Amino acid sequence: MFDLSGRFALVTGATGGIGGAIARALHAQGATVALSGTRREALEALGAELGERAHALPADLKDPAAVDALPGAAEAAMGGLDILVHNAGVTRDNLFLRMKDEEWSEVIQVNLAAGFRLYRAALKGMMKRRYGRLIGITSVVGVTGNPGQGNYAASKAGLIGMSKSLAAEVASRNITVNCVAPGFIESPMTDSLNEKQRDGALAHIPAGRFGAGSDVAGATVYLASAEAAYVTGQTLHVNGGMAMI
Amino acid sequence: MSDIAERVKKIVIEHLGVDADKVTENASFIDDLGADSLDTVELVMAFEEEFGCEIPDDAAETILTVGDATRFLEKNAAQA
Repeated sequence: MFDLSGRFALVTGATGGIGGAIARALHAQGATVALSGTRREALEALGAELGERAHALPADLKDPAAVDALPGAAEAAMGGLDILVHNAGVTRDNLFLRMKDEEWSEVIQVNLAAGFRLYRAALKGMMKRRYGRLIGITSVVGVTGNPGQGNYAASKAGLIGMSKSLAAEVASRNITVNCVAPGFIESPMTDSLNEKQRDGALAHIPAGRFGAGSDVAGATVYLASAEAAYVTGQTLHVNGGMAMI
Repeated sequence: MSDIAERVKKIVIEHLGVDADKVTENASFIDDLGADSLDTVELVMAFEEEFGCEIPDDAAETILTVGDATRFLEKNAAQA
């Protein structure tokens, strides 16, 4: 089950904790992967670690032209594009009353608008080949909201609504569009919490621990697989039970 | 019938799975041939591939019938 041999996958934000785990998992299942991110050295290091079937494709998702070109570049590098995981995301947290226009627009641009452009560019080939897996990494806060993250929650909720609409448009072409919504995942951000903050967060997680990148990667591999052909327009929550929705 | 018209007709028959005698010059993809809006996008993609030309979105929106497609492509081929 979940064999991805012969499939071609593009992952944005591949140098992050979650993105790296997703890229490793897709690769481990046999997929050829195109790794995208802004840090060229980190991408090349991950590519070297994975060895064969890995391509580093640096791109700045704040640049619309670069975003438009990325799926084509991935297809050219790998020889196809079956799976696209839009995982790249930024935060610019601030209280709503203090939020700057730039903080709003940068988060929307990278997390949501780049997803729109990537999906649009990838769709043509997927429609022709009658196969595709589009997966957006959203967030539990896109569904629950979170104080200080009006921009981030809006972008992640937007990704869910966009995915549902597109899922309805292209389901008949054997293309599925889904989201994975992580909760608290171990990362430099959770590492920087003090003990009180950490305990406060854990009190809301029935599983009693933060998630690992591999937890998110497992859900992503499932949605990327042939076995998930009849699952579309869905959001798979990976949050240890902190929000059951 | 011109060569381009024949090729257009062939693509329409293949893509929409309709009988050849239904694919007349005035046949509307959506109203007469049962295409949905996504089919029309795919037809344009197929025309682009077959004739090696780019069909911009604003032009694509005016291609509603088999004849529209043939005329657009004949004009475009002439310019190429």
